[in-house]
Amino acid sequence: MTVMQHIWIVLGVLFVFLNIAAGLIWVERRLLAMWQDRLGPNRAGPLGLFIVLADTLKLFFKEDWIPPFADKWVFILAPAIVVASVLMGLAIVPFAPGIVVADLNVGLMFFLAMSSLGVYSIVLGGWASNNKYSLLGALRGASQMIAYEVFMGLSLMGVVMLSKSFNLTDIVAAQENMWFIVTQPVGFVIFFIAGLAETHRLPFDIPEAESELIAGFHSEYSGMKFGMFFIGEYLGISLISAMTVTLFFGGWLGPAFLPPVVWFFLKTFVFIGIFILMRASLPRPRYDQLIGYGWKLLLPLVLLNLLVTGAIALWLRS
Amino acid sequence: MISHLRTMWLVFIHLFKKKVTIEYPEKRVELPPRWRGRIVLTKDPDGGERCVGCYLCAAACPVDCIALQATETEEGRRYPEFFRINFSRCIFCGYCEEACPTYAIQLIPDFEMAEYKRQDLVYEKEDLLINSQGKYPGYNFYNVAGLDAGVKEKGKGKDEEKPVDVKSLLP
Repeated sequence: MTVMQHIWIVLGVLFVFLNIAAGLIWVERRLLAMWQDRLGPNRAGPLGLFIVLADTLKLFFKEDWIPPFADKWVFILAPAIVVASVLMGLAIVPFAPGIVVADLNVGLMFFLAMSSLGVYSIVLGGWASNNKYSLLGALRGASQMIAYEVFMGLSLMGVVMLSKSFNLTDIVAAQENMWFIVTQPVGFVIFFIAGLAETHRLPFDIPEAESELIAGFHSEYSGMKFGMFFIGEYLGISLISAMTVTLFFGGWLGPAFLPPVVWFFLKTFVFIGIFILMRASLPRPRYDQLIGYGWKLLLPLVLLNLLVTGAIALWLRS
Repeated sequence: MISHLRTMWLVFIHLFKKKVTIEYPEKRVELPPRWRGRIVLTKDPDGGERCVGCYLCAAACPVDCIALQATETEEGRRYPEFFRINFSRCIFCGYCEEACPTYAIQLIPDFEMAEYKRQDLVYEKEDLLINSQGKYPGYNFYNVAGLDAGVKEKGKGKDEEKPVDVKSLLP
């Protein structure tokens, strides 16, 4: 591939995903409304799509205020980290044969590393805000993400064992005959739950917890800095959905009547829909329940899954 | 886990349920006839004002948004000289309607009263008075009152006894 092609792919991925993240403002509101027997925003533009523009403009024109008691530079840095780390994570997702920003041989590890870096934005944002609620949110976010990071990685090791590769293109290629959802259902469920916790979406929005922590780590943020957290969250949803599709649902694979990219995005949007459906239907667990659930139930389960997968893989080889 | 999945399914099928939203400016809400909205002053069947300026509505009003001044015609018929309702204060409780002895003040099913200036929400008598009898057609206070105010003479009303001659000793 030439340098120009690489640049086009990078720009294309950035363009598509930033637009998806912005478009999710509309998608989420409409879907949530539909599930609550309402109609949702449908006035501005066709089907209410211009709500995205209105919302973005509103965020741009809001006062971008840094509290005098805040740690100024860290306060500014925190929202950038979340967007940057998620966008970096998107670099290794193969959208179609040949359309991938960086075809790394340790792609999966890179994804895990980048999604772990996202915790810094919460911790630094909460710390720099110098506000008790923000700090509590940041603490919760840190412990939640560390807890769920452990078996997020472990739940994917089954996939790695079966495909014998960390490279995501190879992992997709290994699903030519059978998607890994069939052979790794437990891995999928645990990865998806960990992904929810990783993006701190409802029902796992413990660091934000509007009803107890007043938006938690980003209570002090306004204007486009808050917008960055907002976009980062939607980008995180897209990333986790894209990774779920890549790792368990055959990525771009699908019947030939649609091009691979279309298959990939169709599947991704189904998972984005499930993310929003979970927000619409499930209540938030208590903080200790969440952490206990992670360490006491999911971690043993994922280790068991790993053991069984390894045993079967060895048995099949011999 | 199963209950969570069931919850998610039950929420999901709401996608295909009928929506409760009424798209307001195009589609209107159906308001029942006794709905408590904008306040009006109604008129007699003969077109006279029903209000007799008794101040009971102003006294009943819990937010003191009604102001009026009573006066009299030469025939002795009372009417309000001015009648003012401040709708930026009004809470549409309907106590004024309950207090009114002549069915003059009534609340009607209309809520579209938005204004750009707050001062425009203060309605004067000419804004309040409507050319209709409202919820009580055919009712005229002076038909049942003992007073002769040009509607009927004393003692001529339905079921009304002749005025007693107070200077006579005969029953």
